[in-house]
Amino acid sequence: MKQRLVVVGAGMASGRVLEHLTEAAPDAFDITLFNAEPRGNYNRIMLSPVLAGDQTYEEIVTHDDAWYAERGITCRFGEKVVSIDREAKVVLGEHGAVPYDKLILGTGSNPFIIPLPGHDLDGVIAYRDLEDTEAMMKMGAGNKVVVIGGGLLGLEAAAGMAARGVDVTVVHIMGHLMERQLDEAAGYLLKKSLESKGITIKLQANSKEIRGEDGQVKALVLDDGTELPCDLLVMAVGIRPNTALASEMGLAVGKGIHVDDQLGTSDKDVFAVGECVEHDGALFGLVAPLYDQAKVLAQTLLGQEAAFVQKSLSTKLKVTGCDLFSAGDFADGAGREDIVFRDPSRGVYKRLVIEGETLVGAVLYGDTADGNWFFQLIKDGTSIEEMRDTLIFGPAYQGGDTSDPLSAVAALPPDAEICGCNGICKSTITDAIANGATDLGAIRATTKASASCGTCTGLVEQVLQVTLGDDFQLPTAQPICGCCDLTHEDVRRLIKSQELKSQDAVWQELGWKTRNGCHVCRPAINFYLLADWPIEYQDDPQSRFVNERRHANIQKDGTFSVVPRMWGGVTTPSELRAIADAAEKYDVPTVKVTGGQRIDLLGVKGEDLPAIWSDLNKAGMVSGYAYSKGLRTVKTCVGTDHCRFGTQDSTGLGIKLEKVLHGAWTPHKLKLAVSGCPRNCAEATCKDIGIVCVDSGYQISIGGAAGMDVKETELLVSVPTEEEAIETVIAVTQLYRENGKYLDRIYKWLAKVGMDWVKERIVDDADNRRALVERFELSQSIYRHDPWAEHAETKAADYAPLADLTLEAAE
Amino acid sequence: MSWIDIGHIDDIPLRGARKIKTELGCVALFRTAQDEVFAASDTCPHKGGPLSEGIVHGQSVTCPLHNWVFDLNTGQANGEDASIPTYAVRIDGDRVWIDGSKLIARSAA
Repeated sequence: MKQRLVVVGAGMASGRVLEHLTEAAPDAFDITLFNAEPRGNYNRIMLSPVLAGDQTYEEIVTHDDAWYAERGITCRFGEKVVSIDREAKVVLGEHGAVPYDKLILGTGSNPFIIPLPGHDLDGVIAYRDLEDTEAMMKMGAGNKVVVIGGGLLGLEAAAGMAARGVDVTVVHIMGHLMERQLDEAAGYLLKKSLESKGITIKLQANSKEIRGEDGQVKALVLDDGTELPCDLLVMAVGIRPNTALASEMGLAVGKGIHVDDQLGTSDKDVFAVGECVEHDGALFGLVAPLYDQAKVLAQTLLGQEAAFVQKSLSTKLKVTGCDLFSAGDFADGAGREDIVFRDPSRGVYKRLVIEGETLVGAVLYGDTADGNWFFQLIKDGTSIEEMRDTLIFGPAYQGGDTSDPLSAVAALPPDAEICGCNGICKSTITDAIANGATDLGAIRATTKASASCGTCTGLVEQVLQVTLGDDFQLPTAQPICGCCDLTHEDVRRLIKSQELKSQDAVWQELGWKTRNGCHVCRPAINFYLLADWPIEYQDDPQSRFVNERRHANIQKDGTFSVVPRMWGGVTTPSELRAIADAAEKYDVPTVKVTGGQRIDLLGVKGEDLPAIWSDLNKAGMVSGYAYSKGLRTVKTCVGTDHCRFGTQDSTGLGIKLEKVLHGAWTPHKLKLAVSGCPRNCAEATCKDIGIVCVDSGYQISIGGAAGMDVKETELLVSVPTEEEAIETVIAVTQLYRENGKYLDRIYKWLAKVGMDWVKERIVDDADNRRALVERFELSQSIYRHDPWAEHAETKAADYAPLADLTLEAAE
Repeated sequence: MSWIDIGHIDDIPLRGARKIKTELGCVALFRTAQDEVFAASDTCPHKGGPLSEGIVHGQSVTCPLHNWVFDLNTGQANGEDASIPTYAVRIDGDRVWIDGSKLIARSAA
């Protein structure tokens, strides 16, 4: 006699159970399937491609009417289950009762709706089913949509609608996107990528209320008062197992319906499967474990022995152009270690989590090619001890030894590019060597390799060394200092190519002869590391000259000078009053106006620094970085605001540039000026970067100096708009940051690389220019801040003496 | 010797220094990367630069004003005929102690 099986919920998990059952034993059960949605089983995880227009609903239906009919399944779709009587073993639907021998609960999950004021307005939806998807598909160009939730689902919804031309804003409460799968760096890369698709992303944003008009959603209001108008509001903030029915039946329920390894509930004839269950403390939202559960449940119902085991999972974000893969478990924990690889310039981030000798988790962004290989290692629990050092580079690099730069050069294939400027590959150089070019000068003369920017000089020399062996004598270039044998250029190149991300790595890998450098090399290394690895290297104050460590300029008597920032040289009466008050309060002996249009308070005692900063902060002023190898000042004239000759808003541009650039460290100090007309009152043509406004736009010139050397700037490019002027200035600054020798001003750097080299990268190559701007912004996400506020608040004690023994003496 | 408890070792930054006030002027306590602590006069004999504001490297410090380099073991300036007085330091657990006999003896006498 056939057993009566009732299934509540036609989702992906219960659907898979039915597939297994009807295939293995077509006549074993008399099946009734209830579903509250008026349709059968479809592939819910493919809703995002449907939303994006890559697929249609018809394509994602897994079981159509014919499928159910062929298997003799009685479908009660669009009918809710009212109650279940476990004593009588009867399911009561809205249209009548059905008795069962075995019951499967596949009630799935409910999207969590934040109970904000206005959450019940029309146009406030979750992202869960086809109705939600259809509501989103009705949106198009001209519509505004707000998505609350920057997790997997929210971002897929946002990207899908953005692809339809909708103006989408994502509001996320955490500091970075997908915080459960990614850390800040990867979250940042994802944010950049989504923003490039036209999606606005607001982080650390708390929703306060939803405003409506005539019962229809109109805007989301954040707790900072920001109002985000919208025609549709999507909440994608998580799911909760739907346990209502199970609770009413009196089954054991925690966060989900409790099930054992056979998917049995606390009632021996009732089973549960899918997102509604809780197994061994875990809930399930991804499809792979649900399918595992389905298989186990089908086997159990057929009297076979089976047990559900939780396994590692992998996820991929289904958003075109965002390559993201995560697998396994990547929570922090005792005994867990990370291996992290980041390449901000390529937007690549990889993180592996290791426990003991095995890989337990992996997050890949930007380059996910090795994802499945890592996933296999996780699932198999393979010992990675042997390949740990090169694990992050993937399967292609196992067994290699890259610690010796010479062997790495020897291993390069003949077509490997050595000189990027001139496109010279290794074989061209080895051919030249075979034809008699046996030193660097000869290689430069015959092939042009290393003849432009020179950053590949070391590589070319290594090719010579590998090819000629002992016949080649390395020329002795001027090393940074006595601590090492390498030049600044060599060290910069090796920090990049060997991915040296800490001082210890530099000392170790580049053969430093001292424990931790000296006052000459250490500040240079600190700068190179923070410029090349802004995310992974942390600035080291102890490797900075006193001025940059104390954020003030030391004077000959050991006192300091304090210069608050005046953006573009513009100040206000209240700022002036605060400066005057501070000068009196701290007995400042000299108050002087600087050449960069600032006010300098000279002779402040070191112990008073945190207090005077705090006072200036309160008046709205921040550090002027007058002490830094970084952006100093942007000097301006009054431009079109007041001057009868002004052609553009030079003051406004100066302020914008200063706000964008401030806090950035550069090889040497960086001074800018913007003049509103060719009369050049701001003296822009003797600055590191100068802008002269003309009727047709902005002339940007670089490499001026008015110090030990006096030099006029050389024209880099003329651009028509302020936006392009700012982009160009940022790109030049970043190019200088990435390539300049420490303590070379721009004019010295320019003399080495040549204006043509700079133009090729900034003027001729728009992609490269934008990439430079992007890398600058990544770095500025860390460095654009006010050190005065930070030090006044948290480090004030360091400015006072550690102890006062004059008091001891008096005792 | 008369040992005086100056403070916790973490009050001095790694590869950095803090100064203490004494009757003889300021004395700097230097902490190296290897957690060694040295004490010496804070005042550079050249132009009076505050050595506690200098860069600490190896067992040396460089004066922030004109880059004179001093060996913290001996107080000898590199390549100059000058030196700074040094003082004995003891580390007991996390605490840093300085020998106060030379520092407060004069006023106590």
